[in-house]
Amino acid sequence: MTAAGYAPGRTLPLRVEIVRQFRRRRTMVMFGLLLALPWILVLAFQFGPAGRNSGQGALRLSDLATQGGLNFAAFALSVSASFLLVVAVALFCGDTVASEASWSSLRYLLAAPVPRDRLLRQKLIVSLGYSAAGVIALPLMALLAGTLVFGWHDIRVPGTGEMISASAALPKFGLVIAYALVSQLVVAALAFLLSVSTDSPLGAVGGAVGLVIVSSILQAVEALGGLREFLPTFWNTAWLDALAPQPDYSGMVKGVAVAVTYSVILFAIAFRRFRRKDVVS
Amino acid sequence: MAFPGGKRGVASVASLAAALVLGVVVWAVWPSGAAPRPENMRISVLDGPNGDQPVSLDATFFPPAGGGKAPAVLLAHGFGGSKMSVRDQAARLAGDGYAVLTWSARGFGRSTGEITLDSPDYDVRDVEQLISWLAKRPEVRLDAPGDPRVGIAGGSYGGGIALMTAAYDKRVDAIAPSVTWNDLSTALFPDAAGGGPENGVFKRMWAGIFFSDGSTLTAADALDRLNAPAPAAAATDEQVRCGRWLPAICDVYQKIAETGRATPEAVSLLRRSSPVSVPGGIRIPTLLIQGQRDSLFPLSQADANARQIAATGAPVDVAWIDGGHDGGDAEIDYVYDLTRSWFDRWLDHATTPASAGFAVSRDGGRDPGTRRPTVVHASAGTYPGLTGTARRDIAITGPEQPIANPPGGSPAGITSVPGVGGLLSSGGGGVALDIPGQSAVFESAPLAVTTQITGSATVRIRVQGEGEAVLFAKLYDAGDGALATLPQSLAAPLRVAATPEGTVATITLPAIDHRFDAGRRMRLVLSTTDLGYSTPAAPAVHHVALAVPALTVPLDAALVTPATGPAWWTWALPLAAILIAAAIVVTGRPRRGPAEPPSEAAAETPLVISGLSKRYRNGETAVDDLSFEVRKGQVLGLLGPNGAGKTTTMRMLMGLIHPDAGEVRIFGERVVPGAPVLSRLGSFVEGPGFLPHLTGRDNLDLYWKATGRPAADAHLEEALEIAGLGAALDRAVRTYSHGMRQRLAIAQAMLGLPDLLVLDEPTNGLDPPQIAEMRRVLTTYAENGRTVIVSSHLLAEVEQTCTHVVVMHRGRLVSAGPVSTLLASGNGVGPRLEDVFLTLIGEPR
Repeated sequence: MTAAGYAPGRTLPLRVEIVRQFRRRRTMVMFGLLLALPWILVLAFQFGPAGRNSGQGALRLSDLATQGGLNFAAFALSVSASFLLVVAVALFCGDTVASEASWSSLRYLLAAPVPRDRLLRQKLIVSLGYSAAGVIALPLMALLAGTLVFGWHDIRVPGTGEMISASAALPKFGLVIAYALVSQLVVAALAFLLSVSTDSPLGAVGGAVGLVIVSSILQAVEALGGLREFLPTFWNTAWLDALAPQPDYSGMVKGVAVAVTYSVILFAIAFRRFRRKDVVS
Repeated sequence: MAFPGGKRGVASVASLAAALVLGVVVWAVWPSGAAPRPENMRISVLDGPNGDQPVSLDATFFPPAGGGKAPAVLLAHGFGGSKMSVRDQAARLAGDGYAVLTWSARGFGRSTGEITLDSPDYDVRDVEQLISWLAKRPEVRLDAPGDPRVGIAGGSYGGGIALMTAAYDKRVDAIAPSVTWNDLSTALFPDAAGGGPENGVFKRMWAGIFFSDGSTLTAADALDRLNAPAPAAAATDEQVRCGRWLPAICDVYQKIAETGRATPEAVSLLRRSSPVSVPGGIRIPTLLIQGQRDSLFPLSQADANARQIAATGAPVDVAWIDGGHDGGDAEIDYVYDLTRSWFDRWLDHATTPASAGFAVSRDGGRDPGTRRPTVVHASAGTYPGLTGTARRDIAITGPEQPIANPPGGSPAGITSVPGVGGLLSSGGGGVALDIPGQSAVFESAPLAVTTQITGSATVRIRVQGEGEAVLFAKLYDAGDGALATLPQSLAAPLRVAATPEGTVATITLPAIDHRFDAGRRMRLVLSTTDLGYSTPAAPAVHHVALAVPALTVPLDAALVTPATGPAWWTWALPLAAILIAAAIVVTGRPRRGPAEPPSEAAAETPLVISGLSKRYRNGETAVDDLSFEVRKGQVLGLLGPNGAGKTTTMRMLMGLIHPDAGEVRIFGERVVPGAPVLSRLGSFVEGPGFLPHLTGRDNLDLYWKATGRPAADAHLEEALEIAGLGAALDRAVRTYSHGMRQRLAIAQAMLGLPDLLVLDEPTNGLDPPQIAEMRRVLTTYAENGRTVIVSSHLLAEVEQTCTHVVVMHRGRLVSAGPVSTLLASGNGVGPRLEDVFLTLIGEPR
């Protein structure tokens, strides 16, 4: 017999968890940073010393950032994907369970009782939701900022300098954001696993970021050859291929495969660990 | 209590990463077998037309790694190099089981003699004697006495000697020449209109580079000269003029360089050093590797070799690599693999799978990890030649255009600049410069379908005017808006005698393998100047038009790139991961015994603990075979000194810790993590747990919402009354004092008025009036048929509040029963619970 009105399937509704996480200063600061970065970049381009004229030599993404909103958004994504977004995702996913453990509120939720699998599932959904919102917010704000400041123009492709019409580039841009999301899944999964394994939120976030750094370093070791393809960060920049005049999606497909592989297993381990864990915090 | 579980998780991930790094490093630096010890030596040979000129060749012999008698490979170096240039390749081949001999050709490195351009009278004779030398080596396998099993490989100048030796010495069994020539005269005096070298346009820049390369004396050369039998005190005029060139060749060069036209003597001299002069001479398996980015020895040179050798019936394979004399990716590993498998097949007769007859290196896009260009190898069974397996006409249009030849040939257009070709080009196409007014442009409509040209396109033009016209034909890949690229930066030079009524010429454009995407245009440009060539100095204007408004382009549909579709692991890996993940989750599911429905009586008993044990990882037994039960309406005091196992018991009671043995039943139902019956339990164990950024009210509100139960059941106001926080309720919890948090936590435990309330040290941090109030609350709470369990170490507290008491010590139950009984059993130790307690746990009073 249970208490009146109790049903395991109704415990810890998503909106409750969203509110619990949303009012945290950490969440606010991270979103503030993600939304402010495009404007900081805009200021940097506006007031920085006048750069060399583009059109000389190979065109880099950074040379083309001021060509229009889409170019600017692509640039903003490229400079933030390797670190800022990693930190954001690691924060949202690594902090979620570990912080409850460090506040001791975890044991009261579990004794409420919120079934362990359900608690983890709801927390995972919410933290992935926040991560996705963060990853999407940055390029969208960059698109807005870039369009307001540099105008709405066709995208100019790095390297050859070819133009792709804005209407054709916009769906591609959606694809790029979707890929950026998927490629952050490994970070999310690792941070989440660490989050259920430790009582220290910063340990979970730092551990996930640390692994990304180790992976990026290994990626630079050419001697590894084909093995590098299986490093979790190896395909993180593959989305650049989608913006090429002849888009090549094979790198992105591989990237998705690697990301899904790692993250699914890490998530599974997280659930198994948490289910069997003695909660002593 | 802190247990090392959390840190263990981080540590295990860290050690995993460390193991990964270590493994990788070991794998990368692991020594790969003992290298064979090369022997340096000088081999004396006699050459010259009469075979009487002594030359000392600087050579290195690499014994085969496997020992025994192995086939031999002569590895020749390129122009300007020495035996040291091929040292790595030689060591690798020796490691793969071949006896390898490298040498500095005469006129190069520390060998004596002059540069004789792979002449049959000199270089070929040298190599014949090297083959005889090999035949005497015990490591070399022999076909017959004095006839070793031998192959020759080399690039450019080294490829030339491979072909020439194969033509003159029948002991050679297989060759793999790369980026080399069939006819030096057409290589240096090409005429794309088919006029032959006497009519060709002089490739003056390449020729100059080679000539000067051979005439500079490096410091090492100078030193060798001093040690030579006849030391020269200082360079003579002759040495400065010709350097290490054979004077006869030097004279010829100086003449053609001056006039820009090939003399009959020059043509015959160049041809004598070319495979074209020995038709039918090469009858052995030949692998021809030619660079697509090569304005010196273009693909047409390899094509001529292929046709000449295949005509004898000998097997010929052709590979077009991404590279050549103009730079690009030299594909060193690929060339090595091709060469080695060629020798494995034809020298060692190892059972290697038959190679593709024709392989073409194509742009494979960029490696997403390194962002570097990658190369894929398309292959076909047979080599179709430069006309492809099929041809298609592409309509091109353009009016007749006048073009000027500037006086002195300057300014000149630029395609590829020898030595710096790589600077202008990127990927498969280069950016070329045509001077306005000097070039005529004809263009196709945007292509309807993607067209891959493999070979030489042809076009017929008409040139009107007077005198001879030198033209450079280039086929651009052009598009609207983007820069036009010139595939491989190649131009086809031609010389036609213009007439007022118009001379028609058929131009064979440079051989390329290039994909023109749909929507792009083919653009033919004919210009009058090119930096790399010698062009007429006299100013002239000619009118150029298309004789036939079409380009004939060769296609080879048989060339297939290995499937670039998703690698097998892109679907297999995630699939396997999902299966593994499912297995991980499913096997981790806690096993539950059959849930026997609790009996009526058991369902009425709030708490039954039986045989409960818990041992922590460090071996410490926290709870040992604990059994007791709590009945409705009781206020139970759980007593024991620190470390008695009270908190551990409460944690097991909440389903936070898995017991090692025994069980906890609440209202007859067994407690497991998340057991629904826990909804009838209110708990406060080991301090409060709140979200510090939320207010007290929000904390309680969100906690209750997290239970998913109706808001009306919460009895929030009653709980808040107990907490007694007043206005502080709307401040963030992080601002609270210890006592305030404690009261809020007890209020949280009472939310929903649970049937069983478990409080751990509830009065810690409360002031005396609050303690008294708490005592009253607990007593009242139990009066309504509910049950309260209070752990405490304040004996007076328990004595005043509780009806029953359980005493624990070192994880074991010491005593259980009503407080009154316990006091009565005191056997004269005193009326105070404290005395009884101390007796029970065996401490001296």
